[in-house]
Amino acid sequence: MSSPSTTAASPAPAIRLERVRFRWRADSPLTLAIDDFRLDAGERVFLHGPSGSGKSTLLSLVGGVLVPEAGDVHVLGTALTPLSAAARDRFRADHVGFVFQMFNLVPYLSLVDNVTLPCLFSRARRDRATSAGGSVADEAARLLDRLGLGLADIHTRRVADLSVGQQQRVAAARALIGAPEIVVADEPTSALDTDHREAFVRLLFEECARHGTTLLFVSHDAALASGFDRTIRLDEVNRP
Amino acid sequence: MMLRLAAKSLWHRRLTASLVVLSIALAVTLLMGVERIRGATRTSFAAAVSGTDLIVAARASPVHLLLFSVFGIGNPTNNLAAATHRDIAARPEVAWTIPIALGDSHKGYRVVGTSAAFFQHFRYGEARALAFQVGGAFAGDDPVILGAAAARALGYRVGDAVVLAHGAGDVSFALHDAHPFRVAGILQATGTPVDRALYVPLQGLAELHRPANDDEADPLAAAMHGHDAAAPEATLTAVFVGLRARNQALGVQRALNEWKGEALTAILPAVTLQELWEIIGVAENALLAVSALAVAVGLGSMLVALLTGANERRREMAILRSAGATPRDVFTLMMGEAGLLALVGVLLGATIVQATFIAGESWLASRYGLTTGGLVPSGRELVSLGLIVIAGILIGAVPAYRAYRQSLADGMTIRL
Ligand SMILES: Nc1ncnc2c1ncn2[C@@H]1O[C@H](COP(=O)(O)OP(=O)(O)OP(=O)(O)O)[C@@H](O)[C@H]1O
Ligand SMILES: [Mg+2]
Repeated sequence: MSSPSTTAASPAPAIRLERVRFRWRADSPLTLAIDDFRLDAGERVFLHGPSGSGKSTLLSLVGGVLVPEAGDVHVLGTALTPLSAAARDRFRADHVGFVFQMFNLVPYLSLVDNVTLPCLFSRARRDRATSAGGSVADEAARLLDRLGLGLADIHTRRVADLSVGQQQRVAAARALIGAPEIVVADEPTSALDTDHREAFVRLLFEECARHGTTLLFVSHDAALASGFDRTIRLDEVNRP
Repeated sequence: MMLRLAAKSLWHRRLTASLVVLSIALAVTLLMGVERIRGATRTSFAAAVSGTDLIVAARASPVHLLLFSVFGIGNPTNNLAAATHRDIAARPEVAWTIPIALGDSHKGYRVVGTSAAFFQHFRYGEARALAFQVGGAFAGDDPVILGAAAARALGYRVGDAVVLAHGAGDVSFALHDAHPFRVAGILQATGTPVDRALYVPLQGLAELHRPANDDEADPLAAAMHGHDAAAPEATLTAVFVGLRARNQALGVQRALNEWKGEALTAILPAVTLQELWEIIGVAENALLAVSALAVAVGLGSMLVALLTGANERRREMAILRSAGATPRDVFTLMMGEAGLLALVGVLLGATIVQATFIAGESWLASRYGLTTGGLVPSGRELVSLGLIVIAGILIGAVPAYRAYRQSLADGMTIRL
């Protein structure tokens, strides 16, 4: 199930961009001009490119936070562009988990509440988390434990007291809870030292493999690329 | 759901939040306090004159007349001849009269000369008659009846001898030690100025008014003084009048104002009270405006707190967005915070007012004769409290809309 060969055989791509044009402002040049970009279901893709080349912008398109001025963004077979903003938000909540570079946590929520945040917005992920763990909070605790954060005081622990590496693992648990089909990570390891980077990526791989999750991972750190199924340079597909 | 997040977010910033809540609460306390005192003042002032149709005195401005005759504020201008009182009482429209002689005080409490008619006819509040805690109306030699508050403050009981002096209070050098009054009764509390006065018969007061230094200068004359000596004619300050029919009040008022014997002023107390409120209304409105301003400042401090927070929270909003929150959710979150702050502030303020009035009710009643008129918040109060909460929510719309716009623009891209 987790081997690349089975997922590669899967017919419908998890993410597909076709003839996408995107610019931030009407008077600014195109940031993205992507004619064909696809990720198969279960694939783990390493995306890199120079700073400012539009990697984060691409992830926002995949998440349905942004819409292209032309072209189609299909995620799990659904065309996002025609959807209403609310429907795209709901779609993102249901199907996509996110991890960012730093400061991924909501300061006023407990560790567990931070992890279960997507379950507030997505019934589908709440149901899946509940059936996997008995309750949403139990599933959060289980995920945290598997990510090496089996802290005794996860319910009361202030997130601000966590180390950066621990914070990123909490963010990973949040991206993974309720088993979304796609996990998107935007330079999640750039604040970590080398040892922690590799450990973090390994944990992410393990958890994605469990549910056959498609992983789109953005990083500047080429050393991490080796474990991925595929590596994409953004400037190879993006020609504005 | 977003409200629970809002509550957690506020709890996280509980120091700032509690300062905002406190400033709103204090403003609400001020506003409600002013309103309540004003309401209580009006009710108890109205209660003090509710049973009297006309008040007659020597020519004076109506408000002045009302203030000195009923509330003991200010000094009467001229006296009224006893004959005039008799003429008024003889009018066919007049059901009863209460003669009143003022100008003396005892240890800070008014000494009122009157007749037994006072205890029989005076009505206050909703047509309530005076009642005695102990004792009864004028009886025996030189009786004095105490209002409830005066009795409590002075500690006198029935049978106690009370030395009254003309004019001044304790520090009088003209004390009639030989001529004490005896406490004959103590009235029940009425919540009106009646509570804060001592009542003596007109006759007794007239004797008190005989120049005291005459006695000292001439011991013989003093020795001759006695109750059997010819009583001097009592001078009156005002007459309270009850009519057989209230609709005759205007006619009688006109007749008395055009009285030929001496220059009189007759007032309809309710009407004059209304004039008084119009005068006082300016100051009251100024007080209200200040309180309203305080509420505005309180809500403004909330706006400042929310706006300063908003920039630091762009990242938080982006995280929420990535977890599936819509810009509307972000808006709701910020509105919820404003609403909660305003709501908690208003509730706290209302509680403070309520607690203060419950605790201070008896003090207000005894000290100022104010009855707080029911401790249940009035509909008007509830409406204004509701309006403050709504204003708070509307003000919250400013930072909420900013956060909404920002989260639309930022999406999930988090920039530092
Ligand atoms: N919110 C925004 N408003 C306007 N322009 C933006 C916004 N976000 C990004 N851009 C612009 O779009 C371009 C691509 O930015 P993006 O953040 O996608 O790059 P990136 O590849 O993720 O860079 P990095 O590796 O530094 O994260 C940049 O020129 C940037 O200035
Ligand atoms: Mg980026």
